[in-house]
Amino acid sequence: MGLSGLGQGRRRITRSRVTLPPGGPPARGLLSAGLWRGVGSVLALGSVWAALSLILADPLRAPAPWVVLPEMWHLLVQGDLRADLAVTLRRVGLTFAISMAGGLAIGLALGRWSRADLWFGPWLTMALNIPALVTIVLCYLWIGLNEWAAVMAVALNKIPLVAVMLREGVRVLDPDLMAMARLHGMSRTERLRHIILPQLAPHLLAAARAGIALIWKIVLVVEFLGRPNGIGFRIHLDFQMFDIAGVLANALAFALIMLAVELGIFAPLSARVSRWRGP
Amino acid sequence: MISVDITSKSFGPQPVLGPIRFRIGAGDVLGISGSSGVGKSTLLRLLAGLDQRFEGRIDAPQSRAMVFQSPTLMPWRKVIDNITIPTHCRRDEALAMLERVGLGDKAESWPGQLSLGQARRVAIARAFVGRPAMLLLDEPFASLDTARVGDLLELTKALITEFRPAVVLASHSETELEALATERMVMQGTPAQLYPLAGTRVCAGS
Repeated sequence: MGLSGLGQGRRRITRSRVTLPPGGPPARGLLSAGLWRGVGSVLALGSVWAALSLILADPLRAPAPWVVLPEMWHLLVQGDLRADLAVTLRRVGLTFAISMAGGLAIGLALGRWSRADLWFGPWLTMALNIPALVTIVLCYLWIGLNEWAAVMAVALNKIPLVAVMLREGVRVLDPDLMAMARLHGMSRTERLRHIILPQLAPHLLAAARAGIALIWKIVLVVEFLGRPNGIGFRIHLDFQMFDIAGVLANALAFALIMLAVELGIFAPLSARVSRWRGP
Repeated sequence: MISVDITSKSFGPQPVLGPIRFRIGAGDVLGISGSSGVGKSTLLRLLAGLDQRFEGRIDAPQSRAMVFQSPTLMPWRKVIDNITIPTHCRRDEALAMLERVGLGDKAESWPGQLSLGQARRVAIARAFVGRPAMLLLDEPFASLDTARVGDLLELTKALITEFRPAVVLASHSETELEALATERMVMQGTPAQLYPLAGTRVCAGS
């Protein structure tokens, strides 16, 4: 009985089909599940940090979370952390917008026109491999120690990466879908909106996620080297004072904001643009 | 009416299509057979206006539609949008056509939720919803089992009879060609040309 019962059960499972509800999976459920997993992951990381600081037992070099978090709160409430966060966020936002727009335009052009890629592809490869520090120093030397140079330095570091990711996305666009669109007389705008951008969405999201992470790190270096404000400047001061808790508090504050951007913007956006794929 | 007089079509220095001449009228179905890679899809792309680099002349109506080898649905748009967005038809027209192909209940589904046979029905609905004067079918029932092909052949035949487009069908399948084609030709040679199939009606002008 047992064996035949098992056999029937297995056949039943084999025959069953996974069906999606009409209109796709509920995005809210996915979001909240992702949010909770994210919170759990951060708590786990905090536990590892706490354990390490206890094991090392060196409050100066390895301050514990219960030292750094109050320090962060103190800087936030009574120090300049809010002003520095605002300045750094503005720089990150501005350079992110410039980098995504510039990288998208270059990536689309190089992916679309192979002759342009033949000529300018090597430029892109070289730009991709120039160290960020070199670009930053050159921008400061050429343009001066000002805001314009800082933004340019970060954007020039990031644009090649976005361009390469988008170029690869354009290269794998479905030619049959493009042919279908042209056959039915879809306008350029319609093709961009309904055919091209949805196919590029995963590449755009990957470029945006990688971009924001890279940009804020470069912005910090730019601020460290040549700006009188921002998280990078504040870390520079902490470095001179050998204040590791201060360095961690400043960096952690911005990292938490970036985490909020990931969980609050990128994760829901990703769930939305890929909802047609199902769970 | 489609009137085709192609002198040659080349890819680089390599000529792929030789002199090709034929004419077909409304409601006629020209079935083209031939081995893989001989140039059937290339000819259909020329007829569709997707490739205009050839020598010769094609007089074909502007109102045209094509069913590709794959269903070519936008997976990120609902089934109904896959008809209304490319063809610019009204939603009620698209719904009526979906009902006609037996998928009235799938309008709000994602293409990924459809079987291949259902996806091909959507492609057929999209092709016919604009009442095209010329319809190009490029291996439209490939990779389907015999029963599904039979259903789709009946459906396609009924729609062709109702809307009377001039149809060019490229296929390897004798079943499909026999069921739909009113005229038969075979493509062969290098560069490829069209030859009448023995015992079949010959297209005017060939």
